[in-house]
Amino acid sequence: MSEPVRFYQVGSFAVGNRLARAEDRTVQSCPDRANAIDSGHRACQGCGEALGARYALDAAMRAANGKVVVVNATGCLEVFSTPYPETSWRVPWLHSLFGNAPAVATGVAAAQRVKGRFDVRVVAQAGDGGTVDIGFGCLSGMFERNDDVLFICYDNEGYMNTGVQRSAATPPAARTATTQALGMSPGNVFGQGKDLPRIAVAHDIPYVATATVADLHDLERKVEHAMSLHGARYIHVLVPCPLGWGSESRETIHLARLAKETGLFPVFEAERGVVTAVSPLRRRTPVEEYLKLQKRYAHLFGAHARPDIVERLQRIADDNIERYGLVDDETRDDRPLAEVAT
Amino acid sequence: MSDATVFEVRIHGRGGQGVVTAAELLSVAAFDEGRHAQAFPSFGSERTGAPVVSYCRFSDREIRTREPIAEPDAVVIQDATLVHQVDLFAGLTADGYVLVNTSRRFDELGLDEYVLDLRPERLVTCPATELALEHLGRPLPNAALLGGFAALTGQVSLGAISRAIEERFDAGVARRNVAAATAAYEYVLHESERMIGASPD
Amino acid sequence: MLRQIEGSQAVAETVALCRPEVVCAYPISPQTHIIEAVGAKVKSGELTPCEFINVESEFAAMSVSIGASAAGARTYTATASQGLLFMSEAVYNAAGLGLPIVMTLANRAIGAPINIWNDHSDAMALRDAGWIQLFAETNQEAADLHVQAFRLAEELSVPVMVCMDGFILTHAVEGVDLLDQATVDRLLPPYEPRQFLNVDDPVSIGAMVGPEAFEEVRYLAHLRLLDALERIPVIAEQFHEATGRNSGGLMHAYRTSDADTVIVAMGSVLGTIKDVVDQRRDSGERVGVLGVTTFRPFPAAALSTALAGAHTVVVLEKAFNAGGGGVLAADVTLALGDRSVDVLSVVAGLGGRPVTRQSLDDLLDRVAGGTIGGFSFLDLDLGVVERERASLAGARRPAPLAATPSSDRAEAS
Repeated sequence: MSEPVRFYQVGSFAVGNRLARAEDRTVQSCPDRANAIDSGHRACQGCGEALGARYALDAAMRAANGKVVVVNATGCLEVFSTPYPETSWRVPWLHSLFGNAPAVATGVAAAQRVKGRFDVRVVAQAGDGGTVDIGFGCLSGMFERNDDVLFICYDNEGYMNTGVQRSAATPPAARTATTQALGMSPGNVFGQGKDLPRIAVAHDIPYVATATVADLHDLERKVEHAMSLHGARYIHVLVPCPLGWGSESRETIHLARLAKETGLFPVFEAERGVVTAVSPLRRRTPVEEYLKLQKRYAHLFGAHARPDIVERLQRIADDNIERYGLVDDETRDDRPLAEVAT
Repeated sequence: MSDATVFEVRIHGRGGQGVVTAAELLSVAAFDEGRHAQAFPSFGSERTGAPVVSYCRFSDREIRTREPIAEPDAVVIQDATLVHQVDLFAGLTADGYVLVNTSRRFDELGLDEYVLDLRPERLVTCPATELALEHLGRPLPNAALLGGFAALTGQVSLGAISRAIEERFDAGVARRNVAAATAAYEYVLHESERMIGASPD
Repeated sequence: MLRQIEGSQAVAETVALCRPEVVCAYPISPQTHIIEAVGAKVKSGELTPCEFINVESEFAAMSVSIGASAAGARTYTATASQGLLFMSEAVYNAAGLGLPIVMTLANRAIGAPINIWNDHSDAMALRDAGWIQLFAETNQEAADLHVQAFRLAEELSVPVMVCMDGFILTHAVEGVDLLDQATVDRLLPPYEPRQFLNVDDPVSIGAMVGPEAFEEVRYLAHLRLLDALERIPVIAEQFHEATGRNSGGLMHAYRTSDADTVIVAMGSVLGTIKDVVDQRRDSGERVGVLGVTTFRPFPAAALSTALAGAHTVVVLEKAFNAGGGGVLAADVTLALGDRSVDVLSVVAGLGGRPVTRQSLDDLLDRVAGGTIGGFSFLDLDLGVVERERASLAGARRPAPLAATPSSDRAEAS
């Protein structure tokens, strides 16, 4: 890696943190990080997936002493990182199809085993479409066989690369190109959803975790922990998409934080079917604060406001908080932020 | 259309009676004796109790054709209850052999209308299921019938049949199947001789 | 060693000798015996080092194969019919990525209606995917072709499909001379790809290629398949030198050199045809049969040369283009170009209907008598067809095929 690595120093919990002890610093803050996905890719400004992939893969590379093979499903990440004849990938990387990343990764892992390369690890990655919908069958098969693959889903809650269509991961009421803000029930339907992290937990695989790009330390730690294990492992990362969500590109990390702090995106870990840790909410936040920053929910506010739908979304958040125990009574602070700040 | 050097056998039975294995073992026996042999099932839905047909050809020359056997030189009937369900004797040549698994005698089976033009000394029954129960403890008549076939047609030797059985099955099972085949061989040999002695030929 | 063995077992034995490193498959009739046998060898330790993976679908089977092959492992799978279609996206992907995967295709009809018996519609469905497609005439050839397939695939970076008739070959027990390990090792050196997913030398495989370069990438694939037409006979010749057998190659000609009428066909039906050819030759008719072994890439030039003296060519095949004509017939016609020769297309054996010597004999009588049309179906029950058409005549509402055409029903319109 001869090119100088650029990184920026910001506040106490973010990337650089020269003030932190060496062991508390992030992989991203190291000048000799792998830079598995290098600069020059074609992602949108503010792309949560590009951020998440960079964090996750560099952490995986450190954990595996630089010996990682990456299998990528079709989607934004694949498209913006490999515009022929260029590639952003500094690691061996294979893109096959949309729905088969888990199975392809199984094959790569089998090849390493048969050749006695137990030092080489396999990471598969896909968006929510390639994981929750079209990749679901292959993913479940990989889980059931407990193949030695870390599968990372970058969830931006829709088929973004093809023009923002709805996937099974699209939240209720969100506007997409196929769940338009029209009629009596504007936006995506209120169905049961398809909670892939819970489904992964139900497969009893060695490790399941959710994370967001708002907490870099947490994401890196989870990847490194996953890499310390063998067998099927799954990490589901929430990655806001400015284009698809209709949000400001500078709001990506803020939105990810709000998704967690409202309870809409529970952050937890599980091993072999049992939840082992949750990230409690630091400050319980009403869902409106999160929804209002995204145009995909704009139809719930303003002239034709739908407080009833917002209420239903709030109930989903509350249910999550209840289910995972995300509010720790001792540390929670229910005061509105404005009050706290003064 | 038939080729004089080829001997064609059709085996009828029900799923679960080892009809397919019978044809395979027959082909292995013929191969053992230096002939070319081909065995294959008619591939119906494989369900216990459903009618099943398998085929075996042997020849001194390479067998190239793959069609089902329409004009068998021998028909082996592992389950006599098929007679009203399946055209068991379709295409059987005038000098054809019929071997039926039953404890009754051929003329007691009510098959007269089907076998009018055939040579009576080539129509033989054998209580293969009973012999199997005696030697194997299971009503699986296929090995016994192969022994009977060897005796009836002389197309393969009992020794070759026995070696085929031993190659396919584990020692104990093989030994018992060989015993059943041998018993059936002797039964049919005796029956054939009796009938040849009795026939006006 | 010569053994009386089931076709599937012979293939499994031979594939094992090819030292595959990753085997994965999803069960489908009539391929199951092959995969079970290979799996047993891995489980017992007889075939090692080898990873055998039970996957959840055929799509997964080909996908696992893609990953394994791209990572540098010699990879094998098998399927048939519906399974081939289910993995079709991945089949194209494997060819496009240049992965030397070898797959046995136990030819079986494609539904609807569901049919588990033999015909060639599955292979035909993916004939343009960029795979080399070889058709075995006997179980001996089916086994032998797998060795040649791996060799060919790895030389050219093109995946190879070895087609063998489902049930008719896979489930037939006949004499096969099985190779020994030493011979296979001589014929098939270890797989050492020029590039693969290698942590010591990383590459990105599977990038998007836009309009500015796609055509060239595809043309290069085309050239590789044309190279195959050159290499296949060479590899078959090497195989012949090592074993004395004529398995493989572009085609097998039987009594065609002075034939007026030549039947062109593929797969196991060739054996039945040869019996008829001999019979008619005995009666003085100058007839022969040309077996196409390499169907893709189609050996147009070699076929044209082989048919140089024929006046009438009867293409007998187990597939067709509904609403059109024969598939193999179309390739043959194109290959023959301007030559004034009658090409008669005959579809036979669909969905496992037996092709008998009697039917072929009758067919050749009609060919000789000039009473056969340009496109026809062998052994068609016209009575059933006419009754079905009559019962639908006048019906105003369409309906799916809810009952078999052999049942009489009154249609209320």
